[in-house]
Amino acid sequence: MIMNEVKEEFVKEMLKTGKRSDGRELLQYRKIKLEKGLLPNAEGSCLAQIGDSKVLAGVKFDIVEPYKDRPSEGVFQVNAEFLPLAHPEFFAGPPDERSIELARVVDRGIRSADCVNAKKLYLEEGKALGIYVDLYIMDHCGNLIDTAALAAMGALLNTKVPKYEEKALIRTEFTGKLPIVRSAVVSSFEKIDGKLVLDANDEEEVSSEGRLSLATCDGDLLCAAQKSGKASFSREEFSSLMDIALEKGKELRNLLNG
Amino acid sequence: MEKQILIKNGIRNDGRGILDLRPIKITAGVLKKADGSAMIEWGKNKILAAVYGPREAFPKHAANPNRANVNCKYSMAPFSSLEEHGRSGPNRRAIEIGKVAKHVFENVILTNQFPKTQIDISIEILQSDGGTRIAGITAAAVALADAGIPMKDLVQGVSVGKVDGQLVVDVDKIEDNLGTSDIPVIVSLRTNEILLFQLDGMLEKKEIETAIDYSFEAAKAVRALQIEALKNKYVVEESG
Repeated sequence: MIMNEVKEEFVKEMLKTGKRSDGRELLQYRKIKLEKGLLPNAEGSCLAQIGDSKVLAGVKFDIVEPYKDRPSEGVFQVNAEFLPLAHPEFFAGPPDERSIELARVVDRGIRSADCVNAKKLYLEEGKALGIYVDLYIMDHCGNLIDTAALAAMGALLNTKVPKYEEKALIRTEFTGKLPIVRSAVVSSFEKIDGKLVLDANDEEEVSSEGRLSLATCDGDLLCAAQKSGKASFSREEFSSLMDIALEKGKELRNLLNG
Repeated sequence: MEKQILIKNGIRNDGRGILDLRPIKITAGVLKKADGSAMIEWGKNKILAAVYGPREAFPKHAANPNRANVNCKYSMAPFSSLEEHGRSGPNRRAIEIGKVAKHVFENVILTNQFPKTQIDISIEILQSDGGTRIAGITAAAVALADAGIPMKDLVQGVSVGKVDGQLVVDVDKIEDNLGTSDIPVIVSLRTNEILLFQLDGMLEKKEIETAIDYSFEAAKAVRALQIEALKNKYVVEESG
């Protein structure tokens, strides 16, 4: 607690001079690294790093019953695990509101942009493929949402679809790559002392009054958003953050496809 | 499956125009035990909101020496939707909504006036028909005012959606299910700022800006109803 207050003061003092505590520009991402396909047992995987934050995404398929209102479509689900090894304040136990929010924002971005063509996941009457994306938060050094969204999208982009035969999945044989219609990414902004910074690190996050996460996808569109924390945002702030998110989104998607 | 058309010549499936709200009725002070309460009927939605506190923080180690903790629980009754019996207990959606609703009230409540306490807000959806989080938060704001808890503003909002390619104000269940986007917004009309904002569905920046403008406009009408509800609580019936 005391350490957080010291850090907060430092972050805010630096921001008053227009600088960030780690020397970045206000709207600059830390170094981003993506490593796709590192887990051969998973049908898709990706380790995303933004600065020192690390999120691993694994994709698995299962045969599921389609939702009643979408009988000819597969099912897509994102889950997040805040591993106790990722941060001294993370403890084992059922998902808390923070991890649920992260998973749901990442899920919304990918789902709203129709990144995965759910109709292609239909198998036969009453049976479809379920895609499960599990996000493993391994090192929490700030901005987990953007990192997790990159990991999830990166994993889906390198996912192979297992063969379906005699009502079972043959997990060693594949029918091909999972068709991805478009990519979605998230850019998160934190409001600290009235100033807006992109890709906050963890000491900036403890200093922050609130966050706006904006998901963007191909075609210069926004596809999901979440305002979190007590801060409020003006219409003008929304307008300029949407512009920045659209611009940064292009760079993030280039990294994903590169 | 044939695509259902929901808007014909600017008229929506329930007869409303593009910018029209559903009928809204708010009643303040409907519960005896709670420190503050409100019932909102917003279209077919029926939602009860109640407030307890400020009261001693529990557990004690959670007490903040500088301000009150705000808790907010959003939950849907198992009988609240037209579909099958729901599971009791909060699901992931309910937990997320409770979280963003809590943030709204952390912003407006003058929490620093009540150190070491907590304020508990409950939003119970008895019947749902689209836009429950907005209606619930609108009711909770009235319940907080009814409890006499000091706030920077009486907040409210609306959900704007994209249906048949058009932005419409206050989406109901069928429009939410068949539409392509949903944007719940809670605003503060006093500060002209946005306190809750969520979005799903692909939209251009310009469309989102229009949706935000629509929400601020609709909020004015909702606010008038909230104030009326609070005043009505103190109307004395003439006894004959």
